[in-house]
Amino acid sequence: MEPFTVHTGVGVPLRKSSIDTDQIAPSRFLKRTARSGFETALFASWREDPEFVLNRPELSAASVLVAGHDFGIGSSREIAVWSLQNYGFRAVIAPRFGDIFRTNAGKSGLVTAVVPESTVRRLWDVLDENPGDVITVDLERQLVLARGGLSEPFTIDLYARWQLLNGLDDISVTLRSVETIAAYEERRPGWKPSIKSR
Amino acid sequence: MGTLERLNDERRARGLAVSVEGSTAVPGPQTLFDKIWERQAIVRGEGEPDLLYIDMHFVHEVSSAQAFDGLRASGSVVRRPDLTVATEDHNVPTDTLELRDATSRRQIEALRTNCEEFAIRLFRLGEPGQGIVHVIGPEMGLTQPGMVIVCGDSHTSTHGALGALAFGIGTSELEHVLATQTLPQVQPRSMAVNVTGSLPDDVTAKDLALALIAQTGTGGGQGYVVEYRGAAIEALSVEERMTLCNMSIEWGARAGLVGPDETTFAYLRGRTYAPSGEQWDEAVAEWRQLCTDEGARFDEEITFDASQVRPFVTWGTNPSQGVPVDSVVPNPEHLASAQERESAERALQYMGLAPGTALRDVAVDVIFLGSCTNSRIEDLRQAAQVLRGRRIASGVRMLVVPGSLAVKAQAEAEGLDRVFLEAGAQWRAAGCSMCLGMSPDIVSPGERTASTSNRNFEGRQGPRARTHLVSPAVAAATAIRGRFGTPRDLPNQTEEHEE
Repeated sequence: MEPFTVHTGVGVPLRKSSIDTDQIAPSRFLKRTARSGFETALFASWREDPEFVLNRPELSAASVLVAGHDFGIGSSREIAVWSLQNYGFRAVIAPRFGDIFRTNAGKSGLVTAVVPESTVRRLWDVLDENPGDVITVDLERQLVLARGGLSEPFTIDLYARWQLLNGLDDISVTLRSVETIAAYEERRPGWKPSIKSR
Repeated sequence: MGTLERLNDERRARGLAVSVEGSTAVPGPQTLFDKIWERQAIVRGEGEPDLLYIDMHFVHEVSSAQAFDGLRASGSVVRRPDLTVATEDHNVPTDTLELRDATSRRQIEALRTNCEEFAIRLFRLGEPGQGIVHVIGPEMGLTQPGMVIVCGDSHTSTHGALGALAFGIGTSELEHVLATQTLPQVQPRSMAVNVTGSLPDDVTAKDLALALIAQTGTGGGQGYVVEYRGAAIEALSVEERMTLCNMSIEWGARAGLVGPDETTFAYLRGRTYAPSGEQWDEAVAEWRQLCTDEGARFDEEITFDASQVRPFVTWGTNPSQGVPVDSVVPNPEHLASAQERESAERALQYMGLAPGTALRDVAVDVIFLGSCTNSRIEDLRQAAQVLRGRRIASGVRMLVVPGSLAVKAQAEAEGLDRVFLEAGAQWRAAGCSMCLGMSPDIVSPGERTASTSNRNFEGRQGPRARTHLVSPAVAAATAIRGRFGTPRDLPNQTEEHEE
């Protein structure tokens, strides 16, 4: 995973709340076994509508999404994160995220910046008044920056921030504790269930 | 102060134990969640997330292929194939064993190859034991109190009904569990949902879940592990508890839990993978320790009165947009916040509903009885009781999809299949089916469905499908009426139909 420190890119005002992962990446794309190429899945149903915000030509290079509360609720599908990344997004800003989506994003290198609803509304207004405007997401200082001196703090899961800043692969971090894992396995109760392959 | 030191500060602020060099400060009265966490967090370093040991990892075809590819790419193996169980459920057909869809077939074949290569027990389509991952785990006794269980599926919260800490994970975490049998996790906050009173006779656990979510919203439980407690919960069967815990994710909770009790032990006893003999006694002694102590503190507590719940139905495009079946489609203008109004307006447009319409007058095209929420034997019995001796309305298509082949066999032994078939419904084999529009079972564009599943999101059951979430009893009554209703809305049956 590549480290993330600060990113500046075209912002998209997505004026909707409770956006579930079925909308972000519909289930028909879940049948694929690849890990890339999910850009066509992103908001696939909504993009059929020519008026949908992502279809605006001035937003074709978008990389920062600004959405309403409860973004990424529902299914645990990690392709929701991959479809945003494959499309070009580096960060999503919202007042609240679905837990599993937020975790998946941290593992894959997508920043989920939590800001108050009032900040989201200000960002939406800036982006609607100045289509194609850029937004800066500064993970080190935990700040969102936009036109007119807008500078607002955001919160993010501390562990995810640490991973993102360092670009850490946490399997290798965990494997440093392999002896502790093995020792724990030795003392697990024998009645806990296990199952043999045939 | 470094970022990671703040993790421990946050824990202290919430009154949680902070461990230094392996010595844990002795806490006071503990919750069930605290106890499970303490037993399973095998590394608790200052300023780091805890490392949780995973007792059981359930795998299915959809979210796993890329994780196995990751393992191969790094030259890793599955650390504990004996604590890993796979099934085929999400995209399989329920009317044939033939995998006609080429993309689905490749995904199933990838799972079969991966399980073969990494020596994981797989329950293949049509094989005894196969079924929806959250149905087969408890059914085989693989889900037990105090365990930490994960699966690449958000409805893993279902297993919490037996007092296990169970939560959904994504593909990256799945790879982590395959490789290490652990997951680094910052301990979530805890919430008690105290459900007082008792559910009225015609109200089910599904109605309770939908009514609770209508009150909390889709994000009310976000960041929490919730424990459902109180007289109403103690009175529920294990299968009803599964329905309730299953829906925890729909109000944003990380996991749902019910404390293990005599009902839990009676359910588990004799199941294939449950302990037996002396080990059973040892296990029960441990499980009895797992209750929430008197005076234990939760980060948040809410109270919900079960006696006020009525049979429920959703009208919108998220599970919090629901009302009692005997009421009307709400007017968005009467909702409190601007976001709720916008969301409701859009939902009504998608659903093709006008404010003020009585739900009892809304006609449906499709009835789906199934999914990890409501496809167990008790769900099928409830629906069959309503359908017995009756016919579903003309023009209505009804699919009955048991959650596992074991449920299917049990239902057939009880003659429930004949009740469904004689009523005009289709009797299918096991799988996720119409819940998520991945299998051949989908709802056509514009069709309206009464579904016992868990999500009414736009396009969830097929492009432009209109989903209303209901209980099995409401689904059955709606099938007969052709419009939404409860069993009490049905005319009394004549003598000859009664048994």
